[in-house]
Order: sequence, then C-alpha cells, then structure tokens
Amino acid sequence: MIKISTIFAAGLIAMGLAVPALAQEHEVITVERQAWSFGGIFGKYDEHQLQRGFQVFQAVCSNCHGAKLLAFRNLEEEGGPGFTEEQVKALAATYTVNDPDAEGGTRKGLPSDRWPGTGQTDADQIAAFGLVPPDLSVMAKARAIASPFPQWVFNYFTTYSEGGPDYIHALLTGYEETPPEGASVPEGKFYNHIFPGHAIGMPPPLADGQVPYANEDGSAAPPEMLTADQYARDVSAFLMWVAEPHLNDQKAGGFRVLAFLIVFAVLMWFVKQRLWRNVEH
Amino acid sequence: MPRGPKSSCGYSVAAGFSPVPPVWTSSGESAKRRHNHAPVRAGEAIAARAAGARKAAQNQTSGRDSSTLATESNLAHSDQPNPGRRDFLYVATAAVGAVGVGAVAWPVINQMNPDASVLAMASTEFDTASVEEGSSVTIKWRGSPVFVRHRTAEEIEEARATPLSDLKDPETDEHRVKDGHEAILVMVGLCTHLGCVPVGESGEFGGWYCPCHGSQYDTSGRIRKGPAPKNLVIPPYQFLGDTVIQIG
Amino acid sequence: MASHSSSYNPTNPIEKWLDDRLPILRFSKEHLMDYPTPKNLNYWWTGGAILVFMLASQIVTGIVLAMHYTPQVDLAFESVELIRRDVNGGRVIQSLHAVGASMFFAALYIHIFRGLFFGSYKAPREILWILGVIIFLLSMATAFMGYVLPWGQMSFWAAAVITNIFAAIPVVGDPILQLLRGGFAVDNPTLNRFFALHYLLPFIIAAVVALHVWALHVPGNNNPIGVEVKSERDTVPFHPFYTMKDFFAVVVFCIPFAWFAFFAPDILGHPDNYIQANPLQTPAHIVPEWYFLPFYAILRAIDFNFILDSKLLGVIAFGGSILILFFLPWLDTSKVRSGTFRPMFKWFYWVFVANFILLTWYGAQTPDMKIIGNFTVADTSKLSVLYYFAYFLVILPLVGWFETPRPLPNSISEAVLTKPPASVSGAAGSSPAAH
Repeated sequence: MIKISTIFAAGLIAMGLAVPALAQEHEVITVERQAWSFGGIFGKYDEHQLQRGFQVFQAVCSNCHGAKLLAFRNLEEEGGPGFTEEQVKALAATYTVNDPDAEGGTRKGLPSDRWPGTGQTDADQIAAFGLVPPDLSVMAKARAIASPFPQWVFNYFTTYSEGGPDYIHALLTGYEETPPEGASVPEGKFYNHIFPGHAIGMPPPLADGQVPYANEDGSAAPPEMLTADQYARDVSAFLMWVAEPHLNDQKAGGFRVLAFLIVFAVLMWFVKQRLWRNVEH
Repeated sequence: MPRGPKSSCGYSVAAGFSPVPPVWTSSGESAKRRHNHAPVRAGEAIAARAAGARKAAQNQTSGRDSSTLATESNLAHSDQPNPGRRDFLYVATAAVGAVGVGAVAWPVINQMNPDASVLAMASTEFDTASVEEGSSVTIKWRGSPVFVRHRTAEEIEEARATPLSDLKDPETDEHRVKDGHEAILVMVGLCTHLGCVPVGESGEFGGWYCPCHGSQYDTSGRIRKGPAPKNLVIPPYQFLGDTVIQIG
Repeated sequence: MASHSSSYNPTNPIEKWLDDRLPILRFSKEHLMDYPTPKNLNYWWTGGAILVFMLASQIVTGIVLAMHYTPQVDLAFESVELIRRDVNGGRVIQSLHAVGASMFFAALYIHIFRGLFFGSYKAPREILWILGVIIFLLSMATAFMGYVLPWGQMSFWAAAVITNIFAAIPVVGDPILQLLRGGFAVDNPTLNRFFALHYLLPFIIAAVVALHVWALHVPGNNNPIGVEVKSERDTVPFHPFYTMKDFFAVVVFCIPFAWFAFFAPDILGHPDNYIQANPLQTPAHIVPEWYFLPFYAILRAIDFNFILDSKLLGVIAFGGSILILFFLPWLDTSKVRSGTFRPMFKWFYWVFVANFILLTWYGAQTPDMKIIGNFTVADTSKLSVLYYFAYFLVILPLVGWFETPRPLPNSISEAVLTKPPASVSGAAGSSPAAH
C-alpha cells in the first residue's frame, strides 16, 4: 500500500507544476535577471560600482528624484562607496540645505545632513511632471519581478533579494523609441517594455556617453563602460546600497551565525542522543 | 480506549509495575503523590512506593537536586564506559551555548548606545571669525549650548589677575584657553550647579550670571559666587586652522 | 500547594527561606524538571518549546524596536528605516522581528496541525485546546497590528480592509468601525492605538500561554499513540530528556530563521510595503502576509448573496473558520484519540492539510485568475472553503461513527517494546509510533 504521505507530496508537486501551464488573465512581464556582486549568501557590494552608480545618481537622477533617507555621512561608511571623510565633507559643502537655525534659513551642507533633494517643491514638480517623481531611498526594495513556480521556491534557497535592482535595470534599459505594433502611448509618455501598462512618464534618462566615468588617476574610462546599460547597472547597484546599506555586514554576520547554529545543533544532537540512549522510546 | 483510575495529574497508577531503569523513581513518584486523588487502593500503592522512594532518596548524596542527579548517576551506573567523554560533551555544548547567549545579548544592549545619526552630531565645527571682539555666540553641541566668546584684552587681563586663592574651583585662565588663541573662550553653557543656562555679560565679575540660583562666573567662566561647585566646563576642542574650531 | 511532598529538599538556608515564603523553585522543579512526560513524544511535540522561544524573541526584539519607533503617520515609515540604518545592530534586530513573526506562525501551524492529527484536543484536554485557539486569535491580532506599524502601502491598506470587516455587522457595524479606527478612516489615531495594543497583547499571550501549560499539566501530555500514561514506565522526567530535545529542536528551527533574517529578510514580505502609505492610492494587489492567506481566501470566496449580503456572509465565514475550532473537541466523535490508529480519518486529514495549503495559495491570487477552463479562483476556491467547513461539521462527526480504528496498544511502554522493524508496515498489534 502506497504511503499516504507519498501521495500527498506527489499531489502537491503536481498541483504546483500544473498552475503555470494554465491560462492567466493578466500579463506577466518577464524581466531578465542580472548577475549582481551583492547577490547570494556571499554577496558584497563592489565599491567601485557604487562610486560609479553614485555619479550617475548625482548627475542624472537627483535632478528630479529625492533620496531623503540617504545622509552624506553614509557615503563614507564601511560597506558603501567608500568615499573618504574629506571627500564627503567637500561634497556636502557643495549643497545648500534648509536649516531654521541658520542665518537666512539655509546653510552649506554638512556630512550629518541628509540628501537635500531637488530643490523643487511638490507643487513645482506636479506642475512640471504631473506627479512628484518618487523618492529613491528604498526604491530598490519597493520593486520586484515576477517569479513563477517553481522559481519562487528556488528563490527561498538562493535567498534571491535582487528583484528591485533587476527591475530598475530592466526599466532603465527597457525604453522603445517606437512602440511595437498595437501599443498606443498617450501624449507626453514613453513606451517602456517593463513598466506595468507600458506607458511611463519618465523620459529615457540614460544615453551612451552621458556620464563621464574617470579612473583614479583621472584618465577617462574605456568607452565600453560608458554605455546606457552600464549606467543602468551601476545606478541600480547604487540604489540597492541606498536601500540596504548594511548588506555586507548583514551577510557576513549571517554566515557566522549560521555556522554557529550548525555547530551548536550538531552538539545538541549528540547531547540528546546521549541522554536518550538508554531509554526505550 | 482503556482508561485507568485517574489522578488529577492524569496518570493512572497500575497497582504494581515491573522494575525499570530507576531514572525517575524519586521525582515522578512524589509529584504524582501530591496530586493524587485516585482510589484508595492505588493511593496506598503509591504511598508505599513513595515511602520506599523517599528512603532511597535519603540514601543518596544529600545537598543536591536528587532528580537530576538520579538521572546522571544512574546513567553513569548503567552503561557509561567513558564518563569523561560524556562530561566533555555536556561542558562543550554548554560553553558553545554560553557563547551564543553572549553573542545575542550584546547587540540587544548595544542598540541603546547612541546611534549613527547621533554620533554624526557628536562633533561640530565652527568658524570663530564670525564672533566679533567683545561679543559671544551660542552654538549647539551634543544637545547642549556652547558659549564662544571673543574676549577683549581687559577681560583677559582681569581673568589672569585673579589670585587662585579667590577661586572655589582653582584653575588658571591660561588653562582654559588654547595657546595663541587666548581671546577665544569656549565653554559649555550650562551652570555646573543644576544645569540652567547662565546669562552672559552680567553679574559682579563681568562674566556670566545664572538666574536660577544666583551663581556668578568671571571673564574666564570660573565660579566666583553662588552655589555652583565647578567652573563652566571647557569641552574638548581644537583649532583646525586659524579660526575654525572643532568641538568634540 | 503542599510544600511537603515534593522531592525538592532545599538544604541551602537561603533556598529554605525562599521556599517557605514563595515556593517558586519547588514549583519550577516540579513542573519544568521532574514533570513526568510520555517517553514516546516525537519531534512534532517540540512545537510548544519553539513557540515559547519565538514569543520571547519577538518580545525582546520588539521592545528594542519600540525604543526607536515613532507611532505617528508622518514619522513612522522613516523611523523604521532609521532603525535599519542608524541604530546599532538595528538592521538585524528589525529583520529578526519581521521574519520572526513569520517563523512564529510557521511553528504555530505545525503545532496546531499536530494537535489536529493526534487528537490532542479530545477529552480531557478540551480547555487546553480552547486556550490554544485563544492564543491563535491573539497572535493574529498582534501580527495584524504589528504589520500596520511601518505604515507602508500594505500596512495602511491591510488596516483599511480588515477594519472594514466590522462595518459588515448590521446596525452597529459603522459605529464600531469608527470606534476601532478612532476616526472616519484609518489615520493617526488608528496607528497610535495599534502601537499601544501591539505592545500589550504579547504579554497577554504570555499569560494565556501560562494557563495553557497549566491546563496541559493537569491531564498530562498527549502522545503519538494517544494512549494515556498508565504508569511511570511510560514517562521520563521533563528535564533533561525533553528540555534538551526541545533545545535541539529550537536550535534547528533557528537555522531557517537565521537564513531568512540575515540573507533575505524581505522575501516573505511585500515590496509595496516599502512605499509610504498613501490613502489616495490603492496598490494593484492587496495581499496579507502569508500566514493570513487561508482565512483571507475564505473571506473572499463568499462573493454571493444568500439571505444575507455577500460582505456579511464573507465575514461570517471568515470568523466562523476560526471560531469553529473552539468546538472541535465535541465535533470529533471518535473514541480513538490518535490519527495513527484511524485509517479513514488519516485520509481526510491529509486532504484537509492539502486543502489548507491550497487555500493559502488562493489567498495570494486574484479572484479572476483562471484555474481550469473558464473556472476562476473565485469559483474553485469555494470548493476549498466547502471542504474546510465540511471537515469539521460533517466529516469528523461521521468518521468517528463509521470508522473501524486499528487496535490500540495497551500502553506506551508496550507500544515502544513491540515496535515492529522499519520494513514492516501495518503489522498486527501496535503501529509504529512516528519519531
């Protein structure tokens, strides 16, 4: 007689596999996954990528988007872009921040200040864009991509948490100048493969050669790095860092905690075995 | 389903039971006996056994928890080929467990320490060039007011002319300012009595006067009269250049 | 409580002094160490200890979070982010709390389903079971209010939808709704009181847990074969046998807990909760946390009018699906306690488990999603709801009457001694007690 639990397990698997084969009502947009240095249990941010991403953010995104949870001092913290104290102080000083205690209500930025924002009021932005461009502080965690069965099961084992950067990268590179057959895009909007509904208000922000990356010695970066795709990749990684600045520490700590728990579990197992050895059970 | 007579602990008691590894003899017994509301026959059996168990317990080493000891020592009797190894396992596991507990306890306590945003405000820079001679500016540092006064030559002279024996908290003026910057006086603006903010350019000594209980400070911020015990505190600070100071 | 008959014999004068005034050590020794526990308990019985550990973990991490959280609509979202960013160890403490809620419910469901299979709810443990359902309800309330606190889109809209449930009650529905919300819509008063209650409820849960353990210790533990303890041969003292076994189970449980908390803390949550609450814009897809999905599916499945309007019917089904658990001890008519010896019952039980998982899945889908042919989630989920209620109201009462249970061993010891070798299944006499 087949064990009932076997039948149960088989039924569950069959159910799970059957579902995606059935017709779905709403469109599921497939987003290609990228390889990120910070993915997986051994993931870490790439300092240089974060620096490049910051450059893109500062040059392009910050003109319309805020990032009010990002403080200048975060840029010098461990596990981040790795700017020095002086660099951060100098950077902060190039921005004007509001401070009711200061003379005239504004002053030069300090490292302890948060990202000051676009300088435009909400009303300005609504008048110009029709809405306030969303703050980017946690954008990389506020977006995700669809993972059908069985992918979503594997995600739990691979600890996939990069849906946000995957989405952002795909969105930034997903513009189409001429919308495909049958798709209509209202006036003032742009066709994007990834954006739900395909009509996005943000104009394509990235173009090849737009942001001049430079090496440490000041020489220009090779042209293959100055592509829209590379900018999209770098700024997505940067935004992930803005959303999750302690990721390096968190994962390193997690590894140590897991190693400890496994060792401890093995020890506890032997303790339990030892105690129960002479008891009929 | 067969159910025997029930004690309020729920365990029905067989009138007699065959010998078993005596691991739980003393403990299980007594616990049952206290709660037993079973029929007399079972109760008698228990009482008899309990009496025997108590005797057995008394015969064991006194002064220690008999039930757990019963466990360990009985295990030791029954099969232990190597008690040393068994102890090592328990000790090692307990040690690893203790490490775990410590590793968990520290972050729970450390989270109460000042967080990154507070620590970022731990140090403040200020350009003393903005303070005109003979005037004071009050800035905020770590949540408290800090007086930055650009003293006149008379104020400095007055401070230095005071004999130390006049001071409740003797301290030279030179000690309270930085070499080469004697005119700049940087002090935490909280009265050392009970923490009120003294008023500048008032009082008998040309310095500060605290309205709460009448403490008076001189041109070097030293306590001269009133209940305050100490001079106004000089915070840790240094000159980063000619005029810019970093406090904290 | 008699202080003379326990085996506890304090020799230390301080211990004696304490024992004469507050016999707390004696009490602990009796109930946490010497307590006779059936020796055949399998790992499904470690759920209780795991839950106590998780309750403690949630309380400790929760109190830490409460030191840094601001329960005000304009500041709440940011205060949680600042905990993650600026507070020492804040990122990990926050993930432990959020992931901990999911782990708590995972352990809770394992614990409940253990009870359902092994008949732990049957006499004389009815009150134990009822207290457990009360703990379940309190936990759901706590988790619901906790989820509102970060004030993300899901937080806000979950609060709006679930408080709206009360509006379905005729006559008094709207006044109750306003009373709960503290206003006409979910807003600052709602957030503030949810914070206060979220802090309070876990301590009430702890008190009910104490009653739950007390109610357990009166009849004693159930065990996998459902045959009551006959003698001490059937038991071992709780310490060290089960304290160490439970400890081991807790450590193993912490492995997936740590896995999620450190490597994928947001995987069990919803990205929309990283968007600050906006009362003027509903997210495309409002979904509760996974542990509420089965009941959410039941609520949504009732979309037709029948005497009463569909909204109220849905609410009745939703509430009924949990309240029915209170009556379980009387609905199951079988004289045999453990599912191990109930072949007919076992089939229905496992279908119930599969159905419950299916309901969980349904709760996350949109009602118009097609399942088979033109039948949508809205259609087929009704079958699952039907089975859920039928299990309690029809199947259990009838199966108890019609089933021929397998013969029970006379005692736990006998079952343990006559355990057949692993290769033989369904041998005469006792059946293998699961380990």
